Amino acid sequence: MYFLAPAADSGGPVIPNFGKTSSCVLDNKTFCWDWFRSNWGSTFEPALIQHIELTAIAVGIGFVIAFTLAITAHRARWMVTPVTLLGSLLYTIPSLAAFEILVSITGINWYTVEIALVSYTLLILFTNILAGLSSISPEVLDAAHGIGLTSRQTLIRVELPLALPTIIAGLRVAVVTIISLATVAAYIMPTGLGKPIFDAIASGGFNTKFIGAGVMCIALALVADGLFVVLQRILTPWAAARRGV
Amino acid sequence: MTKTETAAAQAGSRMSAAPLEFRNVSKHYPGSATPAIKDLSFTVPAGEVCVLVGPSGCGKTTAMRLVNRMIDLTGGDILIDGASIADRQPAQLRREIGYVIQQIGLFPHVNILNNITMVPRLLGWDRKRIAQRGAELLELIGLPQEMGSRFPSQLSGGQRQRVGVARALAADPPLMLMDEPFGAIDPINRERLQNEFLRLQGELRKTVVFVTHDIDEAIKMGDRIAILRDGGELVQFDTPERILAEPADEFVAQFVGADRGLKRMALTTVGEIELDQTPPADTASATDRETVSSTTTLRDALSIMMADSLRPLRVVDADGGDLGYVSIELINQAIHHRPTGDMAVSV
Repeated sequence: MYFLAPAADSGGPVIPNFGKTSSCVLDNKTFCWDWFRSNWGSTFEPALIQHIELTAIAVGIGFVIAFTLAITAHRARWMVTPVTLLGSLLYTIPSLAAFEILVSITGINWYTVEIALVSYTLLILFTNILAGLSSISPEVLDAAHGIGLTSRQTLIRVELPLALPTIIAGLRVAVVTIISLATVAAYIMPTGLGKPIFDAIASGGFNTKFIGAGVMCIALALVADGLFVVLQRILTPWAAARRGV
Repeated sequence: MTKTETAAAQAGSRMSAAPLEFRNVSKHYPGSATPAIKDLSFTVPAGEVCVLVGPSGCGKTTAMRLVNRMIDLTGGDILIDGASIADRQPAQLRREIGYVIQQIGLFPHVNILNNITMVPRLLGWDRKRIAQRGAELLELIGLPQEMGSRFPSQLSGGQRQRVGVARALAADPPLMLMDEPFGAIDPINRERLQNEFLRLQGELRKTVVFVTHDIDEAIKMGDRIAILRDGGELVQFDTPERILAEPADEFVAQFVGADRGLKRMALTTVGEIELDQTPPADTASATDRETVSSTTTLRDALSIMMADSLRPLRVVDADGGDLGYVSIELINQAIHHRPTGDMAVSV
């Protein structure tokens, strides 16, 4: 069973054969554990680490930018519409097109990849941080000011903690989105889990490599999402109390 | 003395109250033709509860919020202990003024103890003093210490409102602002909270500005009542007794209600008036005569009398000892012939 159509100009996938290749690999079966295991250290592990790095840096930088914008827009409401428009614009550009456009400006390098990925996080994070800050009940804010918290103290001690569940929800969406988009980044730069996927396609459809990297990508997204759920449980025990759990 | 009373007494010994003066205060919102508050002047002596009451839209809440600069006034001045609020940083001023609102506004993300001790922490008290004060306040409002670690969502409405009051009292403010504090509570719990607050106030003797739209609550809670009309115009500023006895005009008379005579009778107990010592000459025998305690209000005494052919009632003290007899004539005398000024207000 072929998961990928064989390249048009060859009879089958180009699979490296150094004389000790198993029959599973030579027959290009759906998934060959032995090949996956023996290439873990040379192919999959570095790709996974690069992928985590790509995602963490993109979401990290995106969060800092979105957070700053959201805090500012929370006080200066007129900023909300232009920032949302810009974020939406960046978000709607198809990922491949975004990478292509950026290459013409910043060249083929790591920065190009990160700039594109960061731009995809902005709308999600900005919208969620702002929604979290805006959802706080007016009487809580009235009480906060009324008992003598300054605007800054209200932000740090009341608004941000109460916005945390919504902020973390935004981070979950952003991280999962970036984990999937980062595979496309390998189209420009041979990095991350996209590299083995593109390699597998280029070699005419080597299933083990393609499926191995693809499944790892899905697993990474699930694990990252789960970690944020745990993080939220730890950081916001009051939210569970409110739900009556 | 119970533990609660001891804590309250200890707290009370340190506490102070400050007089509050409204001096020709006005508030004019830009774009509005009529002022929200117009030339409002009155003084609340230290340690008294002043109730601001009036129909909705009369500016009573606005007037209260001017005091802690939640709203800034546009004319006149407000003085706390003789000092103008205009000279103070709003946040610092507010930390010295207790603030209780109808919706309570507890912080849902911190536990009860941290809610209560928010102001002491803002003021930079040391850890030990904060912990001590937190425990003291829980005791003061009658919540068990283990409730301190709960979140507001885990408490009942009445408990949350008590926590709101405790938070306002935390840093020993000389002045408290309370905006319809018991307005969202069911009638039974509201009465309980009112009584609890009056007991606390009896011990703490804070200066309190209390906003309500309910004249009965105003009469019950206030040492003084300020009745406001649309545009924040002060129609009458007086004791509950005098407002009921001598309403300044038709507006006040209508606002306090046609039953103001009965309301006034509810302010005095039979123990506070002079009683007949000789048994009345009527048809009731010693055994079938209605008996009331000295803490019964004149209003309730009258009601019991009505049900018993207006025959005088026997009045007894808490131990059942005879104090004398009360008749409809004595009630009538008490209402009409006593100088209204020194009629005790049973708060």
